[in-house]
Amino acid sequence: MEKLDNLYREIIMEHYKNPRNKGLSEDPSFITVHIKNPSCGDDITVQSQFENGKVKSCRHDGHGCSICCSSASVMTETVTGKDINEASLIANNYLLMVTNKPYDESVDLEEAAVYSGVRQFPARVKCASIAWQAFIETLKKGA
Amino acid sequence: MEKNLNRLDFPQLIDKPLVYLDSAASTLKPQAVIDEINHYYHDLSVNIHRGIYDEAYEATRLYEETRESVAQFINASNEEIVFTRGATASLNLVAASYGIRLSEGDEIITSELEHHSSVLPWQVIAKKTKAKLVFVPLNSEGRITTDAFKKVLSSKTKVVALTYKSNVMGYVTPLEEIIPLAHSVNAIVVVDAAQAAPHHKIDVKKLDVDFLAFSGHKMLGPTGVGVLYGKQDLLNSLEPTEFGGEMNEEVNKDTSVWKDAPYKFEAGTMPIASVIALAKAIEYLQNIGLDTIENHTNRIRNYAYQQLKKIDGIEIYNPNSDSSIIAFNIKNVHPHDAASYFAEKKVALRAGHHCAQLIIKWLGIEACLRASFYLYNTYEDADIFVQTVKSAVKFFRSVGFEG
Repeated sequence: MEKLDNLYREIIMEHYKNPRNKGLSEDPSFITVHIKNPSCGDDITVQSQFENGKVKSCRHDGHGCSICCSSASVMTETVTGKDINEASLIANNYLLMVTNKPYDESVDLEEAAVYSGVRQFPARVKCASIAWQAFIETLKKGA
Repeated sequence: MEKNLNRLDFPQLIDKPLVYLDSAASTLKPQAVIDEINHYYHDLSVNIHRGIYDEAYEATRLYEETRESVAQFINASNEEIVFTRGATASLNLVAASYGIRLSEGDEIITSELEHHSSVLPWQVIAKKTKAKLVFVPLNSEGRITTDAFKKVLSSKTKVVALTYKSNVMGYVTPLEEIIPLAHSVNAIVVVDAAQAAPHHKIDVKKLDVDFLAFSGHKMLGPTGVGVLYGKQDLLNSLEPTEFGGEMNEEVNKDTSVWKDAPYKFEAGTMPIASVIALAKAIEYLQNIGLDTIENHTNRIRNYAYQQLKKIDGIEIYNPNSDSSIIAFNIKNVHPHDAASYFAEKKVALRAGHHCAQLIIKWLGIEACLRASFYLYNTYEDADIFVQTVKSAVKFFRSVGFEG
C-alpha cells in the first residue's frame, strides 16, 4: 500500500478536512473561473484578485474527491501573496510535475509538492490539476 | 461455478490477478469472439454485399447469418434487425427519425433511471418539436412501477422511452404491463435493453415492443456494433438518418430510392468484423443458456451483497436489486478516492455517475461506486471484493477520512 500512503499524505488530508480560503467572494474585483470534470463530477470554482502585480487573494469553492478539493485549498495558500509571474511559474511547474513531465525542480512548490504521489495514479492526475488549471485561467483573464 | 462457465475462455482473466466487476460498462470478450475478428481480418478482409468473388461472398454470408442469429436471439425476423454502432446509435436513430413526427402538445414518457443514451436523444427532440418530456415518478426505492406509469400516461403520450434494466440500480422495468398500456393510447415504446440483453431472454414478440436497442460489447461481443430491433412496418415507415453507399436502390440527380429496411439504415461500410463476431458472442451465450447466466450472476451478486451489508461504513443504494449490480459508497469517501484503492488491489469497478446523472441526482449523491457481476465472476471474486471493501474502509479511516 506504499503508493496509496504516498497519495493520501497528512497535509493533503489536513487541507481536505480544513480547507483554506473556501467560499466565494462577492467582490467584483475577483476574476472567477469555473471548471467541471464531467467524467467524475469534480466541480471547482476559483477566484483570484490581482493587485500591483501580485496575487492579492485567491479563493475556491466546489466539490469533488479529496485530491481535487485539497489541491484547491493548497493552491490558494500557495499562490496568495506571490508575484503574478512567480505564481504562474509555480502553477505551470506543478502541472508538469503531476502529469509526470520534466519540470524545473528549482522552483519551490511549497506544500503543493506533496502531490508528486499523484504521478503514480494516472487516473487521478485530473483531480489534482483542475484547481490549478482554473487558477491559470484566472491569470489569463485578469492578470 | 457451473461447469459451462469457463473462465479460461477469457484471455483477459488468464494469468492476471484481475477481479473484473465492471461488466455493466463492457464485458470481457471470449477467445471465440476474438478468433472470429481475426478470421475476418486475416482470411477475408473485404467488403460485403458488393463483390462477387469468394471472400466477399463469405463475408456477406457471415454478416447476414449474424442478422439471423440476432433475430433468433430476441425472437424477431431478419428484416427487423438493423446493425448500428451500438445501443446509443440505435436509440438516436429512433429519436431522430421517429421523433420528428412529434409536435407541440405531444408527450414523451421517460424516467430518471435512464442511461443518457435513452433520455438525451428525446430531450433534444422534445426541444426541437416542442413536445413535452414527462418523467415517470420513481417509487421510494427508485423503481419504475406500473402504477406510477399509469399516472403519467395520457392520450397526449406518443412515445415511451424506457430502460429494460437500469445500469445503476439493476432494476428491471415491468415492460410486460407497461407496453400494452402504452399501446392502448397508441404510443410507441422504445426500450433500451443494453443491460438486459446480456442477462435475460428477450422476446420482442411476446413483449410486443416497438423498438429495442442493445450493444454487442456488453454481451461478450466486440465494441462498435449494436442492434436496433424495430417492428417491420415501423422500420419501413422510418426515414434513414444517414445516406450514402449501399443504403439506396436507385440514385438520380434530384431524387433517389432507398432500399427496404434494414438495409436503408446501414449506410456505408459497416463494422463487418464486429458484426460477424457478434454471432460468436451470441453462440457463446446460448451454449451456456441465459437462464444459467442469470442464475449464476444473481447468486454471486447476492452472495457479495449479504456480506457487504454487514460492513460498517458502507452505504448501499439498491439493496433489493433484481440483478447483477451493487451501487454503493464508503461513507464520507468520495468514490474516486475509493476507486483508486480498488484499482491498486486489482479490483476493477466503476466510480462516477455511470452516464446516468438523473438517477445519481435522484439519490442525492455526487457519484457512486458500482460493482457489476457477470458469468465469469466467481464466489472467490465476490470474497476478494468484500475483503477489499473492508480493507478500504480501514485504510480511509486510518488516513483521516471520517467514519
